[in-house]
Amino acid sequence: MKSWVLFFLLFGASGAIQAAKLDCLSCHDEKATAKASVHGSLNCTGCHTTIQSFPHPDKQTPVDCASCHPGNATTLAKSVHAGKGGPSCLSCHGDAHSILPSTDPKSATYASNVPRTCGTCHGNAEIAKRAGVQEVYSLYMDSIHGFALTKDGLLVAASCTSCHGSHDILSSKDPKSKTNRANIPATCGTCHAGPLQAFSEGIHGQMLQAGSTDGPVCTSCHTAHQISRVGNAEFEMKTTATCGGCHKDELATYRDTFHAQVSALGYRQTARCWDCHGEHNIQPPSNPASTVAPAHLIQTCGKCHTGANASFVKYDPHADSHDVKRYPGLHYSAVFMNLLLASVLGFFALHTILWFLRTRFR
Amino acid sequence: MNEKIERYYIRFSLGQRYLHWALAGTFLGLAFTGMTLRFSTNPAMQTLARAVGGFGAVLFFHKFCAIGLTITFLAHLADIGYRILGKHEWSLLWGPNSMVPRWKDITDFFGNLKWFFHLGPQPRFDRFAYWDKLDYWGVFWGMAIIGFSGYAMWFGSFFARLIPGSWLNIALLIHGEEALLATGWIFVIHFFNTHLRPENFPMDLTIFTGRLSEEELKRMHPEEYDRLVKNGGLQAIAAEAPAPWLNNFGRVVGTTAVVAGLIMLVLMTIAFIRG
Repeated sequence: MKSWVLFFLLFGASGAIQAAKLDCLSCHDEKATAKASVHGSLNCTGCHTTIQSFPHPDKQTPVDCASCHPGNATTLAKSVHAGKGGPSCLSCHGDAHSILPSTDPKSATYASNVPRTCGTCHGNAEIAKRAGVQEVYSLYMDSIHGFALTKDGLLVAASCTSCHGSHDILSSKDPKSKTNRANIPATCGTCHAGPLQAFSEGIHGQMLQAGSTDGPVCTSCHTAHQISRVGNAEFEMKTTATCGGCHKDELATYRDTFHAQVSALGYRQTARCWDCHGEHNIQPPSNPASTVAPAHLIQTCGKCHTGANASFVKYDPHADSHDVKRYPGLHYSAVFMNLLLASVLGFFALHTILWFLRTRFR
Repeated sequence: MNEKIERYYIRFSLGQRYLHWALAGTFLGLAFTGMTLRFSTNPAMQTLARAVGGFGAVLFFHKFCAIGLTITFLAHLADIGYRILGKHEWSLLWGPNSMVPRWKDITDFFGNLKWFFHLGPQPRFDRFAYWDKLDYWGVFWGMAIIGFSGYAMWFGSFFARLIPGSWLNIALLIHGEEALLATGWIFVIHFFNTHLRPENFPMDLTIFTGRLSEEELKRMHPEEYDRLVKNGGLQAIAAEAPAPWLNNFGRVVGTTAVVAGLIMLVLMTIAFIRG
C-alpha cells in the first residue's frame, strides 16, 4: 500500500508537470527553446510561480531568480552592481528561456564570451560615462589577454571575471575587492604564480606585505586592461617612465647616459631599468642577492657588454654631474667643459660679430 | 677692350684639398648623427635619426665617419711627418709657412681687434692668419678629446682595462660637450671667418680649387705676397686659372656643406634652448 502511494506520487506528479508544461507551450510555443536551456528540466511554473491555473492574468510579477539561487542573489546585492539601475541577472545571463550553462560555448557566461557580455555596458561609452566607469572593453580586447581569449580561444586567459569576480564584483576602492591595490598581486598570481613568487620576494612585494601601498603592484607597470606582451616595443618604451614616476632622481640621472639617449631614439637593445635591476624580484643594491649588488655587477653588465670587468663596472649608469661629493671627477669635468664652451664660443662669436660690423660699415 | 689676364698662384696641393673634403664630409656626418644622440629627446632630432634609419644606422654612420676622420687625420700626420723628416721641409716647423703659433699671431690678433674698432689699420697677414691656426689646432684638440673619448666608449670593456671604468662617465660628458664646441666653432666661426664674411661671401673657393688670384693673394696674405715677390718664389707657385667646372663644383658642393652645417646649427640651437 505504502509503495503504491509512492509510485503514484512519483509518476502521477511527473505526468501532471509534463502536462502543465505542454499546456503552456500550446500558447507560448516560441518559448520551446527553454527545453534546451540549463533550466530545461524545470516546468514553466517553477519560475513563473504566480501562475496557478489557466487562464492566467496578463500581468505577472517578475520572476525571482533568488528563489532558487539565493547565494548568488545575496552576493550580487552586496556588489558594485547592486541596486536600481544596475544589471539584472538576465543582463549577463541572457534571454531567460535560453540560459545555457557557462561550460557551453554558446553561453553568455562562457569564458570567451564574457568580455562581450560585460562589454554590453562597459564597452558602451554612454553607459560607462553614466555609471562613472572607464570604457575598458576596447582596451581589454587589444590586450594580450583579450587576444588570447577571444581570438585564439585560449580559455585559461583572463577574462573580466577572472580578475573582477562575477556576482561578487566590488569597487576597487573596497579593501575586500579582488582588484583593490593591495589584492592585485594575489589576483594576478592566481594564474601568474611565478611572477607572484618573485614579486613577493622583491622589495616592492615586501613593501606591500609591510602594509604600504606606495610601491608598485602588477598593474602599475603592466596596466590593468591594456596589458601587452612584455616584448612589445611600446611597452618597453613606456615602462622606464613608469619606474621614473617614483624614482625621479634615478630617471633624471639615467637620462644623462648613453643608454637613455639610445632609448629615446627608439632603439630597444639598450639598458632600461629592468635590464639591470630585474623585473619582479627587484632588490636594493645593499642586498647581496641584488642584480646590481657590487658582487653581481660584472655578470649584470656583462649581459650586454661582453668582456666587462671589475674596472668597467665602475662606470656609474646613474652618475650625477651636479653631485660634487660623489662624482668629483665628473663634476669638475662638466664645470671645465661648460667654461671652455662658454668662453671660446662666446668670445669668438663676439669676434665674428665685430668683424662683420667692421666690414659692413667701413 | 683689353682685359687684363689675372694670374693665379697655388695655395693648397691636390692632396690637401682631398683631405679637406674628407675632413668636411666626415665631420658633417659625425655632427648629423652625433647630435641626434646628444639631443635625443628633441622631436626634430628624433625625426632626423629616423630619417637616417634609426639608432642602428645612426651609430653605424657615426662610427663609419669616425674611422674616416681618423684615417684623414692620420694621413695628414703622415704627410707632415714625411715632409719634415723625409723631405726636410724644416719651414713647416717654424716661420711663415708653419702652423706653429708665433709672436706675430698675437700682435695680429690684437691688431685686428683694434681694426674692428677703427683704432688702427688691419694687420698685414701672412700665409696663415691667427684664425687659420685656431681652425687647424682646434682639429688637433678635438681629435684628441672627441676621438679618444669616442673610442674609449666604443671599446668600453677594452679601455676599462687601461683606465678606470668611472672615466667612461666623463668620456660621454666631454665627448658631447666637446662636440658642441667643435660644431659651434666650425658652423659659426670657421664658416664666417673663411667663407661667409662679406669679403669672401658666399664661398672662398681656394680650398676647392687649390689656388687664389694675384689680387686675392695681395689682399688676404700681403706679407706672404711681398716675401714671394722679394725672394722670387712667385714663379714656382704660378698656375693657370681654375677651370670653370672646378669653380662651379666648389661653389655647389661647398655651399651645400655650409648650408647643411647651418641647418644643423639651427636644429642644435633650438634643441639646446629647449633643453
